[in-house]
Amino acid sequence: MTSSTSAEPTRRDFLYVATGAVGAVGAAAVAWPLISQMNPDASTIAAGAPIEVDLAPIATGQDIKVFWRGKPIYIMNRTKKQIDEARSVPVSSLPDPQSDQSRVKEGHDQWLVVIGICTHLGCIPIAHEGAYDGFFCPCHGSVYDSSGRIRQGPAPLNLAVPPYAFVSDTKIKIG
Amino acid sequence: MSGPSNYNPQNPVLKWVERRLPIGGLIHSSFVAYPTPRNLNYWWTFGAILSMMLGVQIITGIILAMHYTPHVDLAFKSVELIVRDVNYGWLLRYLHSNGASMFFIAVYIHMFRGLYYGSYKEPREVLWILGVIIYLLMMATGFMGYVLPWGQMSFWGATVITNLFGAIPYVGDSIVTLLWGGYSVGNPTLNRFFSLHYLLPFVIAGVVVLHVWALHVSGQNNPAGVEPKTEKDTVPFTPYATVKDAFGMSCFLLFFAWFIFYIPNYLGDPDNYIPANPAVTPAHIVPEWYYLPFYAILRSIPNKLAGVIAMFAAIIVLAFLPWLDSARTRSSKYRPLAKQFFWIFVVVCIGLGYLGAQPPEGIYVIAGRVLTVAYFAYFLIVLPILSRIETARPLPNSIAEDVLRKTGSTKTPMVSTMIALAVGGALMLGAAGKASAADDSHGLTPPSLKWSFAGPLGKFDQGQLQRGLKVYKEVCSSCHGLSYVAFRNLSDPGGPGYSPAQAAAFASDYKVKDGPNDAGDMFERPGRPADYFPSPFPNEQAARAANGGAYPPDLSLIAKARGYERGFPQFVFDAFIQFQEKGPNYIDALMQGYEEKAPAGFALPEGSYYNKYFPGHSIKMPKPLNDGQVTFDDGSPATVQQYAKDVSAFLMWAAEPHLEARKRTGLQVFIFLIVLSGLLYFTKKKVWADAH
Ligand code: FES
Repeated sequence: MTSSTSAEPTRRDFLYVATGAVGAVGAAAVAWPLISQMNPDASTIAAGAPIEVDLAPIATGQDIKVFWRGKPIYIMNRTKKQIDEARSVPVSSLPDPQSDQSRVKEGHDQWLVVIGICTHLGCIPIAHEGAYDGFFCPCHGSVYDSSGRIRQGPAPLNLAVPPYAFVSDTKIKIG
Repeated sequence: MSGPSNYNPQNPVLKWVERRLPIGGLIHSSFVAYPTPRNLNYWWTFGAILSMMLGVQIITGIILAMHYTPHVDLAFKSVELIVRDVNYGWLLRYLHSNGASMFFIAVYIHMFRGLYYGSYKEPREVLWILGVIIYLLMMATGFMGYVLPWGQMSFWGATVITNLFGAIPYVGDSIVTLLWGGYSVGNPTLNRFFSLHYLLPFVIAGVVVLHVWALHVSGQNNPAGVEPKTEKDTVPFTPYATVKDAFGMSCFLLFFAWFIFYIPNYLGDPDNYIPANPAVTPAHIVPEWYYLPFYAILRSIPNKLAGVIAMFAAIIVLAFLPWLDSARTRSSKYRPLAKQFFWIFVVVCIGLGYLGAQPPEGIYVIAGRVLTVAYFAYFLIVLPILSRIETARPLPNSIAEDVLRKTGSTKTPMVSTMIALAVGGALMLGAAGKASAADDSHGLTPPSLKWSFAGPLGKFDQGQLQRGLKVYKEVCSSCHGLSYVAFRNLSDPGGPGYSPAQAAAFASDYKVKDGPNDAGDMFERPGRPADYFPSPFPNEQAARAANGGAYPPDLSLIAKARGYERGFPQFVFDAFIQFQEKGPNYIDALMQGYEEKAPAGFALPEGSYYNKYFPGHSIKMPKPLNDGQVTFDDGSPATVQQYAKDVSAFLMWAAEPHLEARKRTGLQVFIFLIVLSGLLYFTKKKVWADAH
């Protein structure tokens, strides 16, 4: 009797702990699909495949806006003046220091390709506006230069450069 | 029943809250200290199971609503895309669609339990009536939910059920128009059904709170039907009832999982995998199985208004049960006659359910009338008379005595449990079966073939899917679309097993219409993996014009949209052997069922062909497959038989692309639930060891 009473509680505790643990594992396993379903579905992912853009129709000093993965992408054919402006400013004086060269593809220096989403709170800046010959965000007044770098206003970072590559001289593949 | 709360939190924060909002005390007195009769059997766990199912339906429903589009042009497709593309979408949809059936199975057991043990009697009348209200709300919710996928049964079910209200004299037509929001079932109807289908579960949850409240005022009934008198008659809800309920729920989940993972379409109708078409009514309209008994009553009465009244009366009569049965003894255990009539009534209900699924003709109509009379007679004649003439057997003096008596002989409850289980199973399966009498217009029953994807461990044969794809591409695709299948799917796991590069190359062979471009023109470009198989005709009219008036159906879902009757009792066994291959069997048989000449006496219409397996035998599609038509690279024989089988398997994959993942997950879930149920069983035994 005495030995069995001393053995009993531990066996019982073990059973309770085991049952509770298995139940908890089950609850966690159930939570996974319930949360995972909120991620982009397969068709959305497939639709986010790389796109090709023909640059031929964009004259110097003009820009176009294309959409990739639901994001507007500015493709700007910059004038010589714009390029020079972007390259003459000392990089270290910028809020988010980056050289213009590092933001474009070598040999295609006139082409600026940036995601047109303000790094402040996500509005879409207007091209060819603002004091730096680049972009101006009307929401809270962020100003980007002709390299898409933040120069003034509340936005913390430069406009992001999406992954892209030149397929030919007049064609890029974004993504 | 529940005395003053003895909940005294030590934690100062809890103390602070408790002084201002005594919610802890409420929970404690309702779900911890609450005294529950110690002789409750497992039929009493269905209350907890129902709460669980309500939770499952609400959670999965909210999630499905995140992906669903309530519009007549998009609803069907959005449901398909949930199943195909959303992460675990197939699981969530099958949880929800089968969950509705499980909810009803549980509620029927719960109701029959109440009926058997007299749980509706004084002082529990309000509790019972609240239950009837919940049941009515469940029926409305289930009906509207069935409309949302906007398949053929959705549409025609909505049409038929809303037209019931047209039977109301004078205002019927206006009410029906009001329900529709138009001149027929259409987009406004779908939108309001979606809104209400989202709302009603929360109304149900509210009435459930009242139901539980009323339960906690009057206390639970119990198998002996005598009220607890002393401390010895009850045990605290936690841990006793909690662990027992948890075990019950775990076992119920095992049952549920069988349907979700292995026979997810068993309780559904193949017609609901055909998009709604207001121009064509399916040959045989059947509601979901849980409405079948009432549907049978409706059809038994050859007058529109009277039929509708009888159908609603069949449910409303339940609310009057506490006064129809005035016997003092609650439990049928001590009422030998009432007990027999109870079981007869159960059989009547199952019978009505079976008849509700049969075509309304011949013997079925007569049987339906007999059982309808029997149904009402039970409530209006048998119970009132019995409660006056029957002498009950002596009741135990107390619950404690009942428990002691039971431990003496455990045989009787075992037997009744077995009977009840068998009846319950038959109720569900019997009602689920949509076996209709084989009449001449139906085709022959296709032979059952062996498929690699059948059974709990079934997997697609990649080579077979690749060959089937080839047959589709070279033969079927000239008339039939495959519009829910994207080229990228060809490289999905559990599919034909191509690499993403191969799928992309396959896609680039197709011309896909895109646009408009900057000039505003549509243009053609090579297909990409994200594109869907292009359909051969731009619209239904063009397809009909090119095919002598017939519309070659899209094949994406054809393997789930076609079925045939397996007859009783085979369809019951099908639930156990996980038979889900009607579609591929039928497609295979149809491909091979052409006959050069129609049998003598069969008038084959001009421009039609004779097919043994096609319902009605006269099919507009000429024999599609001929020996040698397609050459396989893997050396498989170039025969019609081989083509038919391969393309059927391919179409099964097209209809159920996540079949392998489903079965694999099912195995894991089963192992888990068996372990959990085992642990809960032993925990329950330990907890209850000192209560007996
Ligand atoms: S979002 Fe552009 S400045 Fe705030």
